[in-house]
Amino acid sequence: MPNHQHMDEQQKEAYDKALRDSFRVLMSAIKLLLILVVGILLYIPLKSDIQQWLSPKPVVKTVSNSGVQPNEEDFDKVENGVHLATGLKFAPGFEDVRANCTVCHSAALVTQNRATREGWDQMLTWMQETQGLWDLGPKRARILDYLAEYYAPEAQGRRASLDLQEIEWYILDLE
Amino acid sequence: MQNKIPLSRRHFLRQTTLTTMGFALGAPIVFGHFMPKGLTPVALSNGASFDSLPGKRPEMIVLNERPVNAETPPHLLNDVLTPKDLFFVRNNGLPPRRDEINADTWTIRFDGEALRTEKSFTLAELKAQFKHYTYQLTLECGGNGRKEFNPPAKGNQWGLGAVGCAAWTGVRLKDVLNAIGLKSNAVYIGYYGKDMHLSGDPDKNPISRGVPMSKALEEESLIAWAMNGEDLPLLNGYPVRLVFGGWPASCSGKWLERISIRNKVHDGAKMVGQSYRVPCKPVAPGSKVEDKDMCIIESMPVKSLITYPKSGAQIKAGKQLPINGHAWAGDLEVAKVEYSIDFGATWQACQLKPPANRLAWQQFNASVSFPQKGYYEVWAKAIDSNGQAQPMLLPGWNPKGYLNNACHRIAIKVA
Repeated sequence: MPNHQHMDEQQKEAYDKALRDSFRVLMSAIKLLLILVVGILLYIPLKSDIQQWLSPKPVVKTVSNSGVQPNEEDFDKVENGVHLATGLKFAPGFEDVRANCTVCHSAALVTQNRATREGWDQMLTWMQETQGLWDLGPKRARILDYLAEYYAPEAQGRRASLDLQEIEWYILDLE
Repeated sequence: MQNKIPLSRRHFLRQTTLTTMGFALGAPIVFGHFMPKGLTPVALSNGASFDSLPGKRPEMIVLNERPVNAETPPHLLNDVLTPKDLFFVRNNGLPPRRDEINADTWTIRFDGEALRTEKSFTLAELKAQFKHYTYQLTLECGGNGRKEFNPPAKGNQWGLGAVGCAAWTGVRLKDVLNAIGLKSNAVYIGYYGKDMHLSGDPDKNPISRGVPMSKALEEESLIAWAMNGEDLPLLNGYPVRLVFGGWPASCSGKWLERISIRNKVHDGAKMVGQSYRVPCKPVAPGSKVEDKDMCIIESMPVKSLITYPKSGAQIKAGKQLPINGHAWAGDLEVAKVEYSIDFGATWQACQLKPPANRLAWQQFNASVSFPQKGYYEVWAKAIDSNGQAQPMLLPGWNPKGYLNNACHRIAIKVA
């Protein structure tokens, strides 16, 4: 009996061990599942932020003969809703415009222009037909929404007044 | 034990969750932070931080860095001959790098349907075999002033300063073409340069324009290697370019490698479609115009620029204000320049000098007095030898925003 008892103890221990092992496996699976669920739950509300973090940061090439050293901290700074490094309005669609438009030309060609959605659409078509712009797929609509919203024409009549804000007044001493 | 495992598991799970959160939130930041520099294509940055304007003054107004486009503030155009480091830059593609250019071996090929034989000259051969000429020639971008058009036109939004006049030295294009031998069916010349298309596609030309034979064979039409007595700046076409004064500057090909003599209107890049063309008949602002109804721009319209003083001068009451500037009129001469301080109600004559040679801009000056203290604008208006004057409002709207020759004006306060 003691022997039997002993056997029982051994069996129980083995049983417990097996139980612990399978529990461990089970918990590991749950652990992984939880990590996944938490990850997904976090990703959904933070999707755009995370994509932004993952998207490439602008890096500036320094040319050897250049005397100007850029301030690296400024590169992804956004001030008053404007992305400083490109001068583009920082708003939905910004990443699509930066990623697709500034491959060939600088962002200044975007920011200095004004057009309706139709006008911007014609420019994209012209670039695709003659300048080697690729198929933009679903990004086309996002890019057009962005451009039409933030780079729309302003009514200015037959000729605008001199822009008095732009004038730097100075004293001119005359004989 | 059953109690213990869940406890440690709970602890473990809590830690894992934190790590997971940290991973989900933290890693991309860390990754972004440590991402090697130079990984991102340079084009993704705006590039305002590197020297995109070699050989040019920092006061130049940069409209675009890829391709490089920069204009001169009007008050810096005060010299009779625009200095090399202030001459505007209009690039359609990427210029060749300086170290890719060997001026000693640089060769220009002449070909095309309307040439008797194809022929190539090195730059040294051109200099040795043909007579040299120097002319002061005005170059203005066809889109200078585009910024003011409404509805807006696409492209570089040039203000006032995509214009300059330099002393260009070279050989006459007609001397070279006559030496090679033109056929009677010659209609147009088309140039090709060493600049590269923005897409990097070597089969595409960023720009390949030209002029009809009548302009090509004028005495002042040059294959030029010098500007104001020195080598051309890289951004203005070093080592050699065409110069056709008075026509859209895009006719004057830079980094010149090849000239085709065509038996039809040249059909190179930016010769066709809507580029450097305006509606053949006037259209209402905002109209769509078919390609077939667009005509190539030739001689530029009459225009002037007040280069002194800089807009924004505050002067004392009772003082006379000296003003001066330049006026030009495409293929024509400027006959008269006038100024107004009352928004065009009355005009007074300026003194006007004759051009140094045909197609050079002309200098005007006046001494302006103001009746009382206050805010004034000085407007200048040039009139060409055919009696055509600059409009005070925008000239006829055109889809691409070319040929804005509206009067220039500066703001003055008398206190």
